[in-house]
Amino acid sequence: MQESTSTVSLGHREDSWHGELNFDSRLRRARLGLVIGLIGVLMIFISFTSAYIVRQGLPTFDPATNTLVRDWFSVRLPNLLFLNTIVLLLSTGSMELARRRTLRDAKSADAALSADSRIPWLASTVLLGLSFLVGQWTVWRELAASGFYISTNPSSSFAYLLTGMHGAHLLGGIFALLAAGAVTLVRRPIEFRAVLVDIVGWYWHFMTVLWVYILCLLELAR
Amino acid sequence: MATGEFAGHIPHAHAAPQSFIRKWVFSLDHKVIGLQYYFLALTAVFVGMFLSLLMRIHLVWPGVSLPLIGDIKPETYLSLLTMHGTIMVFFVLTTAPQGGFGNYFLPIQIGAADMAFPVLNMLSFWVTFVAFLVLIAAFFVAGGAPLHGWTGYPPLSALQSAGPGEGLGADLWVISIALFCIGALMSALNFITTTLDMRAKGMSMMRMPLTCWAWFITAILGLLAFGVLFSAGILLLLDRNAGTSFFVPLVTVNGTMAAHKGGSPLLWQHLFWFFGHPEVYIAILPAMGLCSQLVSVFSRKPIFGYKAMVYAMLSIGILGFMVWGHHMFMSGISPYTAFGMSVMTMAIGVPSAIKTFNWIGTLWGGKIRFTPPMLFAIGFVSLFVTGGISGPFLAQPVLDIPLHETFFVIAHFHLIMGVASIFGIFAATYYWFPKMFGRMMNERMARLHFWFSFVGTYAIFMPMHYTGMAALLRRYSQYTELAYMHSLAPLNKFITYAAFITIAGQFIFLFNLFWSMKRGEKANDNPWEATTLEWTTATPPPHDNFGGLTPVVYNGPYEYSVPGAPQDYLMQTDAATKAVGH
Repeated sequence: MQESTSTVSLGHREDSWHGELNFDSRLRRARLGLVIGLIGVLMIFISFTSAYIVRQGLPTFDPATNTLVRDWFSVRLPNLLFLNTIVLLLSTGSMELARRRTLRDAKSADAALSADSRIPWLASTVLLGLSFLVGQWTVWRELAASGFYISTNPSSSFAYLLTGMHGAHLLGGIFALLAAGAVTLVRRPIEFRAVLVDIVGWYWHFMTVLWVYILCLLELAR
Repeated sequence: MATGEFAGHIPHAHAAPQSFIRKWVFSLDHKVIGLQYYFLALTAVFVGMFLSLLMRIHLVWPGVSLPLIGDIKPETYLSLLTMHGTIMVFFVLTTAPQGGFGNYFLPIQIGAADMAFPVLNMLSFWVTFVAFLVLIAAFFVAGGAPLHGWTGYPPLSALQSAGPGEGLGADLWVISIALFCIGALMSALNFITTTLDMRAKGMSMMRMPLTCWAWFITAILGLLAFGVLFSAGILLLLDRNAGTSFFVPLVTVNGTMAAHKGGSPLLWQHLFWFFGHPEVYIAILPAMGLCSQLVSVFSRKPIFGYKAMVYAMLSIGILGFMVWGHHMFMSGISPYTAFGMSVMTMAIGVPSAIKTFNWIGTLWGGKIRFTPPMLFAIGFVSLFVTGGISGPFLAQPVLDIPLHETFFVIAHFHLIMGVASIFGIFAATYYWFPKMFGRMMNERMARLHFWFSFVGTYAIFMPMHYTGMAALLRRYSQYTELAYMHSLAPLNKFITYAAFITIAGQFIFLFNLFWSMKRGEKANDNPWEATTLEWTTATPPPHDNFGGLTPVVYNGPYEYSVPGAPQDYLMQTDAATKAVGH
């Protein structure tokens, strides 16, 4: 028979305990939550992709000829989309600088001294993000001007749908960035701000990668 | 008062709220949010039950005019079945077991002070609540509630002119579902992060109670499934309002050609059932986890095959994503696809049988205590077997095709998904009520409620197998004019009478629930002599669950009839486990 185990003091699981978490634990938990949340977002776009591919291959009945015909024809995407892509890539670079600076501040002893050093990068990310959204809106207008509305053809339906859903998600990121800027201005604890900026940063990068994927889908699988 | 082994003082992430609004309305406390989900589901279940009663009345007495409601027209009947299904599946079977009990007890059972993201938790409840209000609003708009069924098959669901209720009512239905998906995704995120990152010291994954495993796997299913339903809902909304043709083929409505072409109703069905079949497990897995817990607690035996139970639940979850096509045998899918889906569906019988075997193995030779939660747990096993046994019938295309549109399917899924899960909710209520409210529920009323529910359920749904096999079609509002159905009229009347009596029995539960909150016998901290962490803390649990202490876990969750232990069980926090050789 073994001896009874001794009472264990606060030990290796302390870092995962709720309450006064240290910075690394809080950051890890937030990142874990973000990854799980992004899986949910990914499922949304996987579903759209699945619908895109299925709908593209579907024939439709033409009562005039009494035959099955293919009703999908490619929408020529405005060149502005590529410029928008560059803007989004720049924004993700700007976001990464903000994220790294914030993390560095959070881990440095003189964090308070450099508390506002990341604000310009956050602001430039917001501006670039808004520019991207304005650019996407302009793309919609160009599509409409050339006769492609959401209901014109299934390919144009998907073009509006995918850009719109991505834009809505990016807008969420912009609101989160504004929140991060606000908590910086009201000087919430640097650890809190760093976690917020870090997860918004990774979310933003995900949105950029997602956009590149959507662009490839619309351009290459026409 | 906390009992067992604890280490250190841990402050809570957010202070205990003082105002009524912060404490009971916009609360961040997982326990309050759990209760909010629970009472939302309780409200929803009585609405849903009322709708089902109206359907049963109409089926048996189609000409009768009801007070305040008037005549039930065929389209009204379809609206009733649509809203009944939607309310029950989303706002009862998904909401109560996961949102209600999962929220309340997951953090406590793993030794955490709250969910990982309390604000997100609060938001997920309120989004769900708004989704419910939006759905109910569909009854009151022009045209009334939608009539396309809870599965929302296009083109009926995609065309505003397809019928009464398919206008604004159907828009509200889609919006409600989309909102529900958002709430469910936020909730899933919270459950998974909490389980992975917030377990107490010593609470390894394989020491978690099976309830926690069930909530964890359910959350993963929700994370993967609700995003797909959300996408499908967006596409449907665009088809309905923006003139797109994702799901609508070239079709005429009332002699007029609709302005759509080329869409595929099958595409909706694929997306919907990719969500819809895992949804069955989202509803039933928490009940499986709970009943595993209860048969162990009240048999005073360790659960038979803990790891097998975990792997069986994981298998059910994984296989659940590979079988959606078995809902579409009638829809014209490729016979090769149908064959594949059929085989995978039959394969789910294996982990299901393992679970059933282990439940019986746990009961076998146990010192069984027939408490109300145990009665409902055994009732769950019974319903799971009875409802499950018709699954392999319907999994075969050759049998599904004649049975699919009949009451046989209604009987099957009500037993295994609907009532079995509801028995899980009842079992959970009777089991955790003392912890939640500090009082015991009245046992005599609970037993009466059990027998009303158990006998009533079988009285309602067993005959439906026979009416189904006799080709009584579901979704038909009126069959009494069909001569070949006349012989089924007595059986149908019997089902309706049984429904009346069973529903009347539910008011015993409702009365007992509220009566016991005020008048029930005071409960001690561990009235069932159970081992998991919620029974180590005060009743009801304090704001931070353990009074500022950190539980330390030494044992598995089902240490009953332990040789040499001072009682016949060891709490998970008892440090003396190894002293007795475990």
